[in-house]
Amino acid sequence: MRDVAVIGVGMIQFGRRDEDTLMDMLAYASLKALDDAGLGDGTVDAVYVGNMAAGMLQHQSAVASSLVDRLSLLPAAADVVENGPASGGSAVKNGLLAVASGYYDTVLVTGGEKMREVTGWRATDIVATMTHPEAEYPYGITLPGMAGMFTRLYMEKYGVTREMLVAVALKNQEIGALNPYAHVEMALDKNGIFNSPHSIVNNPMAADPLHLYDACPVSDGAAAIVITALDKIKNPAKAPVLIAGFGQATDTQTLQERDDPTDLKAVTLAAQQAFERAKMKPSDIHVAELHDAFTILEIAESEHVGFFKKGEGGKAALDGKTRLGGQIPINVSGGLKARGHPVGGTGVAQICDLTWQLRHELPKERQVKNAKTGLSVNFGGFGNNVLAFVLRRVDS
Amino acid sequence: MPIDLELEQVLRPPQIPMVPYPPKVITLANGNKMVVRQALREEVPMILKGVEPCLWIERDYYDIVSARLYGELLAWYRHRVKSEYCLIGQIDGYLVGAVNGRLENEKVGMSYHTLAIDRGLRIGSHLFAAKMEYHLEYLKQEEVLIVAESPIGFRRWMIEYPLEETKIPHELGGGDSWRLTREIYFKARERLVVGDRPVPPDLLAKAEDEILIVDDDIIREKIAGLKGR
Repeated sequence: MRDVAVIGVGMIQFGRRDEDTLMDMLAYASLKALDDAGLGDGTVDAVYVGNMAAGMLQHQSAVASSLVDRLSLLPAAADVVENGPASGGSAVKNGLLAVASGYYDTVLVTGGEKMREVTGWRATDIVATMTHPEAEYPYGITLPGMAGMFTRLYMEKYGVTREMLVAVALKNQEIGALNPYAHVEMALDKNGIFNSPHSIVNNPMAADPLHLYDACPVSDGAAAIVITALDKIKNPAKAPVLIAGFGQATDTQTLQERDDPTDLKAVTLAAQQAFERAKMKPSDIHVAELHDAFTILEIAESEHVGFFKKGEGGKAALDGKTRLGGQIPINVSGGLKARGHPVGGTGVAQICDLTWQLRHELPKERQVKNAKTGLSVNFGGFGNNVLAFVLRRVDS
Repeated sequence: MPIDLELEQVLRPPQIPMVPYPPKVITLANGNKMVVRQALREEVPMILKGVEPCLWIERDYYDIVSARLYGELLAWYRHRVKSEYCLIGQIDGYLVGAVNGRLENEKVGMSYHTLAIDRGLRIGSHLFAAKMEYHLEYLKQEEVLIVAESPIGFRRWMIEYPLEETKIPHELGGGDSWRLTREIYFKARERLVVGDRPVPPDLLAKAEDEILIVDDDIIREKIAGLKGR
């Protein structure tokens, strides 16, 4: 197997993009990544597109074929990868394996979703189609509902408090406000969402015990990366970022079938595989992008990947250990919470943000000093299909 | 424009006396302090300057809501509507939202429009709640008739309170009215109506001193999210 590196990244601002079609967004992000890679002529062997719901949202299929044609990348191979909110991560994995195997040399991986075309209710319903078709979905379960129940259990078992969840929301929106690609460009105030009596309206209950600002927004957006074999890179203009390891694991689709619903086994296994392949351990990681679709998930994932012991992630967030400058900066992009969550695009966006970190290209208020290694976790379903990637900066 | 005073007396609708709405201050999610107060009739021209840029925004029915609000406020300014009032939200003096309504009679209120000029801070929710607070707690009305023109409005008013469906026509036309009764209001009050009184003198003075309006482009960007495009 060959070493594979990221040589180009591109993203468009997430948010509500009424003026753009899904294809516009995928194309913009792809062109940025191709330019960043110095592939203005668009020479790639294959294109993988992470997308969850174009069929339901846009009544559109075969998105990858459409993108290749639109970008004049013919006759590159093209595939859509659908894996719920982990579609982006799965697309990256497919591209990685294709290059690592030697079958292709250079691959474009693009992920995106246009979710604001429908109401929030309908978007929530569409996302809920990833739940069990007989045991969960027909009974009206939604992802916020699942996250609420998960949070309640986590609070009871590990003593996570609302203040700890609020700490994650404050941290991610504070730094997300500095990210020009973020959907939510607004820092929050603890009084405004937690301490004052006015917070009951500002931050209403969404799915007990989760409140509005515990959840990520529903976003339009796209991101793209270009990867190639490390040994093919000659005199790079920018430091290549090696995909040093990846892991993927699944778990039962229904939460109630798990021995302990608070145990996100697929996160643990995916991270362990990624660390093992990268020959690294959690303490070697300098910056992480974790899938904080809900604040509780950042806390739980920070424990399951091994940054903190079980039950200590919430306190770590409260104590500032996950902030920029802390023990392990998490979601310095603002995470899903602030950058947004166009479901099929998130896994790719995480790799973009880590690449910028490892290339030291971000302004100092968001740059992890001397960052050389990064971890991403892209969480599908409610932890029933998870991908983890370990990235490492390659210095010449 | 010369006014024929005799004819003007005929054209001007009679007004029902209204107690003033006491100003309050609300801490928003980002920590900003929004003063909610009753606008004076002579402040209407300045409020219209903040409404005008929204006339050209199609997103989320801003154009319809703004055009109607504009006309309603102008009608109030020119004495062509009965018993209308307007409440405004200001942050550091800047206009961030406006709501209006009127009294159909002493017992029934007619809700008109809710316009949030700054978005993402639940300013519309706070101002709509202030409007209902005015009708039911200060004007002591029995009920308020409400319609929504946007899906966001429907979700905020009809579902969050939740309002009672009626077959009563609303004077804005469109769908039938939904009704906020005293019973529904006081059940919802704890989770939807907030604010501190009295407003600290410096904050109130800043708000009352002048209604400031941000640039048209900024208003459009805040509402339509054009940043970064």
